[in-house]
Amino acid sequence: MNIAILKYNAGNVRSVQITLERLGIMATLTDDHEVLLSADRVIFPGVGEASSAMKYLQDRKLDKLLIDLKQPVLGICLGMQLMCSYSEENNTTCLGLFEETVLKFKSTQAGEKIPQIGWNTIECLNSPLFNGVEEGAYCYFVNGYRADKGIHTIAETNYCGSYSSALHIRNYYGVQFHPEKSAAVGSKILENFINIPF
Amino acid sequence: MLAKRIIPCLDIKDGRTVKGTNFVNLRDAGDPVALASLYAEQGADELVFLDITATNEKRKTLSALVEKVAHTINIPFTVGGGISSMEDVRILLDCGADKVSINTAAFNSPELINKLAGEFGSQCIVVAIDAKRQVDGEWYVYSNGGRKPTEFTCLDWAKEVVSRGAGEILLTSMDHDGTKAGFALEITTLISNSVGVPIIASGGGGKPEHFYDVLNGCADAALAASVFHFGEIRIPALKTYLNNKHIPVRIK
Repeated sequence: MNIAILKYNAGNVRSVQITLERLGIMATLTDDHEVLLSADRVIFPGVGEASSAMKYLQDRKLDKLLIDLKQPVLGICLGMQLMCSYSEENNTTCLGLFEETVLKFKSTQAGEKIPQIGWNTIECLNSPLFNGVEEGAYCYFVNGYRADKGIHTIAETNYCGSYSSALHIRNYYGVQFHPEKSAAVGSKILENFINIPF
Repeated sequence: MLAKRIIPCLDIKDGRTVKGTNFVNLRDAGDPVALASLYAEQGADELVFLDITATNEKRKTLSALVEKVAHTINIPFTVGGGISSMEDVRILLDCGADKVSINTAAFNSPELINKLAGEFGSQCIVVAIDAKRQVDGEWYVYSNGGRKPTEFTCLDWAKEVVSRGAGEILLTSMDHDGTKAGFALEITTLISNSVGVPIIASGGGGKPEHFYDVLNGCADAALAASVFHFGEIRIPALKTYLNNKHIPVRIK
């Protein structure tokens, strides 16, 4: 199988590639349009800042390419947020695949630090992406912004209130947590993504 | 609910794990990759690798080790020890490290924190602070691996590093490190309540009760080394204990 990981100006893009290698899957880190279009799966990873990432994608016409892919696509963390309609982070218009919007966390009680860093539970799981994953499984999160809940929500997490920790529409999937760093649970989710029929 | 994290720390010298008591008298506690893999399987939430190698070969051996660790474990890990430039950080992140920890270099040139946070994001910049209580009752920062006293109070420095973009603080009490008599609750609570980023408490964890005390207080994570390396505390048992005491922890 031919898996492409989108290479752009965000951090941690390599750790997804390393994790797939550990699962015995070779993936190409690329920003080449042809390679991305012909891949069997596309992974859109990254941690970083929304507006500079969007600008980078627009400058390379990757924004147009990303919204028109036919194969299964998985956005991770910032990747998922950029697939939403809008991010409050520097007032950024995003790709608009998911109509949900991305807002900054607001502490509702003492001890809720921002960004959220660490392991949190995923609940209300509602997608083949979570086959074999238990309700309330722990995943690793690092995020200062989060997507609202909406019609595309397929998993919820509670931090400063409940938000979308995963979204899905057509061939597009997004997860706020880092499956590549989420131990056996994360590996299972990545395997499920790879096994989505196409 | 966000879980409190248990973080084993591996001190690395020339590619091997070592751990000292009060930063001296190093003992060998094994192969870092095997140890890292064991901790990940046992349910460690993150790992910290602190490289204390002082040779010219350091950069090469460390990046080779980081690459091996990244290919072996599936939890986040932080690398620290002598990191002093953007280039150092870039190499380690490219090798698969999730975060880097900086200490003396941040103290000597605080603008490095701004530069690193701007380039790589705050989420991967951990600032380590070694602190010790002085006769005046105040906690002061020590630099150069705990060898050099400074005039900065721990609180002032913690606030400054956060304002410059540190994403987490790894707070080690030198008075407690190696004593196995419990974490420094007072300074950990003070710092945690004064800054908006997670605090990793380090130094003094010897019994499960100590981990309970510091995590039930204000620490977001607790770090220890030798008690894990020598099997005095086993992570699954520690997490079961904490869970029974209603501390949110990740249990597989």
